Amino acid sequence: MLKDQDRIFTNLYGMHDRTLKGAQARGHWDGTAKILQNGRDWIIDQMKASGLRGRGGAGFPTGLKWSFMPKESDGRPSYLVVNADESEPGTCKDREIMRHDPHTLIEGCLIASYAMQAQACYIYIRGEYIREREALQAAIDECYAAGLIGRNACKSGYDFDLYLTHGAGAYICGEETALLESLEGKKGMPRMKPPFPAGAGLYGCPTTVNNVESIAVVPTILRRGPDWFSSFGRPNNAGTKLFAISGHVNNPCVVEEAMSIGFEELIEKHCGGIRGGWDNLKAVIPGGSSVPLIRGENMREAIMDFDYLRDQRSGLGTAAVIVMDQSTDIIKAIWRLSKFYKHESCGQCTPCREGTGWMMRVMDRLVRGDAEVDEIDMLLDVTKQVEGHTICALGDAAAWPIQGLIRNFRDEIEDRIKHKRGTTARPVAAE
Amino acid sequence: MLRRLHPEQPDSFAFTPENQAWAEAQIAKFPEGRQASAIIPLMWRAHEQEGWLTRPAIEGIADMLDMAYMRALEVASFYFQFQLQPTGSIANIQICGTTSCMICGAEDLIGVCREKIADAPHTLSADGKFSWEEVECQGACANAPMAMIGKDYYEDLTAERLREIIDELAAGGVPVPGPQNGRFASEPKSGLTSLKEFDSGHRKYNASVQLATDLGETVKRIDGTEVPLLAPWREHGANHQPDPSKVVVRDAPLDIVTETDRIDPAKAAQGDAATSKAKPRQDNTKGPAGEPGPKDPKSVAKTSGATAKAPQMEEDPSGTPDGDSRPAKTAANGAPVARGAAGKTPLPGTADKSAGKPDEGAAGPGAKPATLKAARAGGPDDLKMIKGVGPKLESLLNDMGFYHFDQIAAWSPDEVAWVDQNIIGFKGRVTRDDWVRQAGVLASGGETEFAKRVKKGDVYE
Repeated sequence: MLKDQDRIFTNLYGMHDRTLKGAQARGHWDGTAKILQNGRDWIIDQMKASGLRGRGGAGFPTGLKWSFMPKESDGRPSYLVVNADESEPGTCKDREIMRHDPHTLIEGCLIASYAMQAQACYIYIRGEYIREREALQAAIDECYAAGLIGRNACKSGYDFDLYLTHGAGAYICGEETALLESLEGKKGMPRMKPPFPAGAGLYGCPTTVNNVESIAVVPTILRRGPDWFSSFGRPNNAGTKLFAISGHVNNPCVVEEAMSIGFEELIEKHCGGIRGGWDNLKAVIPGGSSVPLIRGENMREAIMDFDYLRDQRSGLGTAAVIVMDQSTDIIKAIWRLSKFYKHESCGQCTPCREGTGWMMRVMDRLVRGDAEVDEIDMLLDVTKQVEGHTICALGDAAAWPIQGLIRNFRDEIEDRIKHKRGTTARPVAAE
Repeated sequence: MLRRLHPEQPDSFAFTPENQAWAEAQIAKFPEGRQASAIIPLMWRAHEQEGWLTRPAIEGIADMLDMAYMRALEVASFYFQFQLQPTGSIANIQICGTTSCMICGAEDLIGVCREKIADAPHTLSADGKFSWEEVECQGACANAPMAMIGKDYYEDLTAERLREIIDELAAGGVPVPGPQNGRFASEPKSGLTSLKEFDSGHRKYNASVQLATDLGETVKRIDGTEVPLLAPWREHGANHQPDPSKVVVRDAPLDIVTETDRIDPAKAAQGDAATSKAKPRQDNTKGPAGEPGPKDPKSVAKTSGATAKAPQMEEDPSGTPDGDSRPAKTAANGAPVARGAAGKTPLPGTADKSAGKPDEGAAGPGAKPATLKAARAGGPDDLKMIKGVGPKLESLLNDMGFYHFDQIAAWSPDEVAWVDQNIIGFKGRVTRDDWVRQAGVLASGGETEFAKRVKKGDVYE
């Protein structure tokens, strides 16, 4: 198990001093100017060496992403945008950072912006996180007042502005280009890529969009060295990670653990086990609503990292673990996700706008068993036609949970249909 | 869901003076000509002031931001948090119904709303005090099920508790938000399983609940007088016109790992910053020779993963760590200083073998390999042909007294360990990139795949 002294978020639960003074006592904002004076290349090299992969779901190497930003400005400013639009169902980790350990994020914004020669950084937080926004803004205000950000940040000679802004309840704004649209004051509809944000992002300027957790771990990685960070987890899955466990465990919680921790260890150590014991485990969604579920019996051995879960035809995503026990109506649980995606489709691409509604309506009938058995294959076929045929990944995200359900629980769907048949339209035997 | 403007609209809208000042501060967050970016925060403030988003408000804000009404209307109808119809005079109760909350009992909460407020969502209760709706994931899944009421989250709810909360609100009270089952925040409800050392346990509420109870405006119409207006980005910020960076970048990077000390968690818990510096290092020096991992849990800095890093101490030229933090400090500072200067002339102690002796003393893992004071006749080899060695590392190696492939190829495992340890800023590189094998090939006149690319100029310019 990860030791407390190796945890990055030492005030994750907000149990002690949340002010700047408290953060400094825990080691944040220590020698930040020295880090900046080591230069941009050094910072990016260290981030690459640490093996940090983006914590927003896709797992793209953070250092590499930063290196895509132009080295020389062509006259346009550059921006760092922090994606704090945490709305993937099951995910509630960034919330804890922003309300309880906000200085990890603010310091990370300064360092990352400097490494990318950004003129300013915008944090885009979801609209529903109102108290989190107030807590984070208070921390930003403290930093401005203390000279840690703003003109001549940390007395380093770097002028750095950090602004907090917010959305208003649209899941799609967590997609990076939709977020940029929203930040420009428009409807959050994703843009075609290319051009990628590193070429033309916010206001048409070079922009990098990073998840809150990816940025918040940066100062600690630089301070303790990439070797320290990469000593956790299997190769290519380095570091520590916030896991958010919800659903049918005895003690749901958010907790920082080493990557590649076993699922069983994670649940036993921190969540007090599965409700009703391990035999009562039915299925697990290991990385937020967008990844396919895994059957309980295959999950006990699972390793919680990007590569292992990808090999299980699922994914680590945001490490939001939704646990479901035998009492769960698994078809309904996935139907609810279909409803979610239908609600959140921005309506720009036809396959997604129409497909999410169509899939939800078929799922609706599967929940009731009011369908034909061969409609299962038809549904599967439609998910394949939505997947990969849209501008952004919301279409894929809507398709995958259903594919996972059919792959793993086809027998249960068929049983329900047959049972319904059996009770309502029993064929009369010929005498 | 079809979202249209409500048929009955008020005649006019105006921000209160305080809200107007607040709105102007928000607009200042965006560059000249990009004020449209502020539309969501402004609409939300209008929403908080009125309880829902009215047509005059949408149009008024569009005027403020110099936007076409249609563009503003698009935003208003796109984002679900904006209520386009009047809501309950006390509160619109939003129940999260997405999977995590659903499997933890959100349907019971919706049942309570149907029973106590109205059968259909977005409908006023008989007394006009409440309305309700089912919303998508609110991002508090570890505290499921939950409801958002006004500005706050009520978490870890049960149907009974929600009933009580609605009754209390109806009677004019505001129940304390946050977890309703005795939890503090999102920690396991049976007690902490992590961060125990950091538990100071003297806060009554988590950050969200603290704000809610301090301000007491959970279900209040916001007029901007609740908190003083702070906009430090205007006074202390660069206001979209930053000067070119004046950061003085070092020639050779400082080793941040040795420069930084983490803090004694016991002290940290009390919020006492200043005194604990250098303490972990002191503990390190007491560690047995050759066994770098600090035992003391207080020495937060270099535990785990420390095998590679902790022996910073042992570079102490005095070779006699005595438990006083002073020599330790000089040792750690000394190394980077030497490197900073080393850009020009190799200093004794970095390149000179005899002066390097003390380095091997006491506890340094491995043995220092033989070094040269200068490259042999014919000039140094291009060490950049070794994959993993860039221009910076090359000059660093030269400063340490390594100029030729054959020198590196001859390192014994002990010597590799020494270099891995002492190549500041790049610890462990020698092993990780297998320099010795590569250097062997290059020294014997062979060529590696990487070296070919370097020669072609693909790698370094």
